[in-house]
Amino acid sequence: MRSPGTDEVRAPAAASQDKRGVRVARERGPHAARTFWFVVPYLPFLVLFGILPMVYAAWLAVTSDTGAWAGFDNFTRTFTDYRFVPAFVHVLLYTTVWLTALLVLVVGLALLLHGRANRASTTYRFLFYLPGALAGAASVLVWLFMLDPSVSPGSFLLRNVLGADLFVESIAPGNLPFIFATIAFWTGAGGWIVVMYGALNTIPHDLEEAARIDGAGPVTIALRLKLPLIRKWVAYMAILSFATGTQLFVEPQLVNQASLGLVPDTWSSNQLAYQTAFRYGDFNAAAAIAVDLLVIGLVAAVVVVTRTGLFRTDD
Amino acid sequence: MRFQEFTARGLRALILAAFAVFFVAPLLWLVLAPTKSDAALVNRGTFAFGSFGQVAEAWEHLDAFSDHIYRSWLGNSLLYAFGATAIVLVTAIPAGYGLAIGTFPGRRVVLTLTLVVMIMPAAALVLPIFLELDAVHLIGSRLSVILPFSFFPFGVYLAYIYYATALPRDLLDAARVDGCGELATFRHVALPLGKPVLALVFFFSFVADWNNFFLPYAVLADSGQYPIQVGLSNLLSSTPSFNPATGGGGQQVNIFRPELALATLLAVVPVAVVFVASQRALVRGLVGGGVKE
Repeated sequence: MRSPGTDEVRAPAAASQDKRGVRVARERGPHAARTFWFVVPYLPFLVLFGILPMVYAAWLAVTSDTGAWAGFDNFTRTFTDYRFVPAFVHVLLYTTVWLTALLVLVVGLALLLHGRANRASTTYRFLFYLPGALAGAASVLVWLFMLDPSVSPGSFLLRNVLGADLFVESIAPGNLPFIFATIAFWTGAGGWIVVMYGALNTIPHDLEEAARIDGAGPVTIALRLKLPLIRKWVAYMAILSFATGTQLFVEPQLVNQASLGLVPDTWSSNQLAYQTAFRYGDFNAAAAIAVDLLVIGLVAAVVVVTRTGLFRTDD
Repeated sequence: MRFQEFTARGLRALILAAFAVFFVAPLLWLVLAPTKSDAALVNRGTFAFGSFGQVAEAWEHLDAFSDHIYRSWLGNSLLYAFGATAIVLVTAIPAGYGLAIGTFPGRRVVLTLTLVVMIMPAAALVLPIFLELDAVHLIGSRLSVILPFSFFPFGVYLAYIYYATALPRDLLDAARVDGCGELATFRHVALPLGKPVLALVFFFSFVADWNNFFLPYAVLADSGQYPIQVGLSNLLSSTPSFNPATGGGGQQVNIFRPELALATLLAVVPVAVVFVASQRALVRGLVGGGVKE
């Protein structure tokens, strides 16, 4: 999870382990089928909190509150809600800013750190990773302080870059996608830098050495040799972050609370789904929006599993 | 050193230092904020240290808020995170083991479903889970937090990868030759050898549960049941610092920026402790395949 809100980095731990290991350890004898029992305690959880919620949401989304078949009614009804398109536009804007920051800065910083691997590089990775301990509401609260010009250590930036002298001016609507992207970057980037750095470490030394002998400078090696070799991981980060970005909830929710309603409580799509369920009790419409978001998450997950080859499910 | 190389090095150091400031300065501010009064936060230097007496005073205000509710929130978080993580360890470790060494029908399906749900953003499942729990009237119960938290596919995947790659098959065979059944083989061979992955799964599950905001926010109604993350949002809407409209009418809440900063800081402490303590194992685990051969 990601944590939720901003999901924790679900690194494909050990994903690039060589295939041989998987094949060697697999049982082929009479014991093999009996190991099924080890999986049994886990299955109810997988079904009840993984599969069934999706099926039930899908069912609610195509039925009415009386349980009658409704086809796409709930989907068209929510789509024509005046808050639906703005919410998706907000989320898309935010995701674009965040993805750009991740792709440019995470990859850039990882390459920079990998260029000269030393003790300082380890320290930097640790420092960048540190804010990862704060997620959920805690990281948002920290940034509410950072955005308050009267107490923020970055008040000169707020005044000169955002032109904000007051907290409410910092959280002006036009700034929000950038603010939420900053919060997400602050908590999540360090984890991704560690992942990218690990991926860079898999590149054989000989390759780098050969390039150096051929006269390639550090910049050329970074961009023309290393970057192409970790592109799978970059793609993985981009797809996963895109999916996570569309689910934005906690950041706008807290900013709404801190802004006296200046920022609407339906700023993001997930908030709209939440309000549809809680304020209006319209579970069918809420399910329809939730299904929209589920589909995005599902497609992204399936693409990662089947296309990037980072996660092995078999030998 | 050539001039060009010198400037390149300088530029690199400058960029890294700038980002270090970006990542660390807010944390530093957070640690120092509770040592100052609300007025001192505005008037004194941003990174100035106030006094420990001020921290004690902030804690008194925070603790007095709504009849010690802050303590309940911390307790709830511990209950939810430890409770769910215990179930995760009991279910995910054997599951990963079974998936790694077995070839039963449906194995591939379970593995693929686990992977897909693991990669899907957790937030996408919150409303569907809420709707499901509502249908079985579990909303408002502590179980509505603990049970969904107990489903942690990432833990299953970690255990699966670990047992698939790091468990020598000869060892399993040897145990069986010695007369161990399936369960005994798991208990006496796989489990002791699985300590590193147990630690890893514990860490990730605990942190994910501790930091989760959306699910408990959606399924709990009584503020006495809130975990700390949701409690923080409750605190935020009660403070006049960001919400001038609240706190004035009759009830004196005494929750200002130092109290809010202290509340945030204390909410992070458990995770930070585990974070720093397991940093080495973590970084290695995160990039398991990335370690140079």
